[in-house]
Amino acid sequence: MPTQALPDGLVAVVKRDCPTCVLVEPVLRQLAAAGTLCVLTQDDPTFPEGMASVIDDTGLERSYGLGIETVPTLLRIEQGRETTRAVGWHRGEWEGVSGVRALGVDLPDYRPGCGSLTTDPNTADELAIRLGGFTFKSRKVEIGSHEDEHEACFDRDWSDGLPVVPPTAVRVYRMLQGTRRDPKEILGLMPPDYEPCTVEKVAANAVMAGCRPEYMPVVIAAVEAVLDEPFSIHAVVATTMFVGPIVIVNGPVRKALGMNSGVNALGQGNRANSTIGRALQLVVRNVGGGKPGGVDRSTLGTPGKLGFCFAENEEDSCWEPLSVERGVAPGTSAVTLFAGAGVRGIVDQTSRTPESLARSFAACLNGTLHPKLFGGLDSIVVISPEHLRVFREAGWSKRRFIAELMDLTTVPVEDIAIGVGGMTPGMPPREPGAKVAKFRQDGLYVVHAGGIAGMFSAILDGWSPSSSSRITTRVVRD
Amino acid sequence: MTMNTTTTLIDPTGEHAAVKAKKSPRPATLDGITVGVLDIGKARGDVFLDRLAVRFAERGIKVKRYAKPGPSRPAVIETRQRMLAETEAAIIGLAD
Repeated sequence: MPTQALPDGLVAVVKRDCPTCVLVEPVLRQLAAAGTLCVLTQDDPTFPEGMASVIDDTGLERSYGLGIETVPTLLRIEQGRETTRAVGWHRGEWEGVSGVRALGVDLPDYRPGCGSLTTDPNTADELAIRLGGFTFKSRKVEIGSHEDEHEACFDRDWSDGLPVVPPTAVRVYRMLQGTRRDPKEILGLMPPDYEPCTVEKVAANAVMAGCRPEYMPVVIAAVEAVLDEPFSIHAVVATTMFVGPIVIVNGPVRKALGMNSGVNALGQGNRANSTIGRALQLVVRNVGGGKPGGVDRSTLGTPGKLGFCFAENEEDSCWEPLSVERGVAPGTSAVTLFAGAGVRGIVDQTSRTPESLARSFAACLNGTLHPKLFGGLDSIVVISPEHLRVFREAGWSKRRFIAELMDLTTVPVEDIAIGVGGMTPGMPPREPGAKVAKFRQDGLYVVHAGGIAGMFSAILDGWSPSSSSRITTRVVRD
Repeated sequence: MTMNTTTTLIDPTGEHAAVKAKKSPRPATLDGITVGVLDIGKARGDVFLDRLAVRFAERGIKVKRYAKPGPSRPAVIETRQRMLAETEAAIIGLAD
């Protein structure tokens, strides 16, 4: 409600719940007796009692329109416009605004006020939508008064199978406060339906996934990374293979969001890890329309398709972070997206030399997809602190570690020829002595994560020998 | 949230209303028309499609060949537009 709707003269905005407002009740009577005073009451239309011109502002429209942050506030309106105001109780200021002397002589000179109900965290966002002119571009879905809002989301096929947080207007508005990006900005066309994926749509799905607003920059970066053409998210959704998008977070944002890169880093239990990956998959599902049984044709899938996100432990690593390996400046927050399957363990509790341990890693890596399927694969190695220690103490660089693994996963063709080991899969005959590499030249990536105890690392298998999806990285922007 | 008020949710979907595309009618005869053969890039798909092209040629049917960038990538728009403009029927091969 604009100030013009108020009569010229003095306006006091109060609430009964504020002790200072109660304290100044006699002053309000003094001002009413001296001339024009209109009182806006935010919480109780009967307060102040017995006064003639009290306006019920329990809907807060007028307080919001006046930009009231504290009660009591005394304003002077002249020709429909506010000319001056006093905030809280300060005798001198109130006398200045009102032009009335000897106000509240029995009261202390000064008392701070209380927060206006318009700033109450429980109502401020609702007011911003109702009164602040914020509009959503998305369709609004009204659900019935007796409809369970969680069941309503299941009924509309918005869920990945787990309950979602209903994306109410207030929750989506709050989520949008986590980014400076325009809600209407289109991040790209999300396959497989190629629908425009706006920041607002991302926010609605981030709400459903259980994200906090401050996760939004990471979720947006993850969406941008899957929309990068080399990632080929359409194909990642559609494939009969196991893969889903794996989100790896680097840089200061990991600490800011309290992400887990330590004990159980690839597992459950951390809100940011669990919900950021889920938000991305809900965007793919709901905006892009990529649903299991529809375009998603995965034969078995993987639990990671509910959402797979973790952070790298950069602080305790002697090797450069994945993001730096991917060309991002050190100290810059970034997300890296990899089309990967589930977690395969590398258990080696006895190797104490890098040579032995590298051979263990290579032996396990050679089993990726099939021990006789070679050529063009990619994988991520998640190396644990105890395994990294062996390489650190021997002075191995990350570059050397990867080079040794590439070498150890390059084998003579005859070792994996068709029929060898009594298995049909394998390589067709080649010239004697020919060798074949398991992985693409730039297809092995290494990330440091995990608890400090346990000589266990992990392989996140890539998709297929045809390298149908390439790893992508995006810097996180506010 | 009290149970006796209406709740407004923000639609999280692409608001995509699926429109079922109409298929062109199946040609009564292949005589005199051009058949597009699209290789989607699956292993050994070319073996099947090469053989098909030979058999069509034997019957005097004109064949035009097209290819997707790979099995996991959609046909580029230009390919789709060319097929639409240059052919009256299409065969899309799958193999493994």
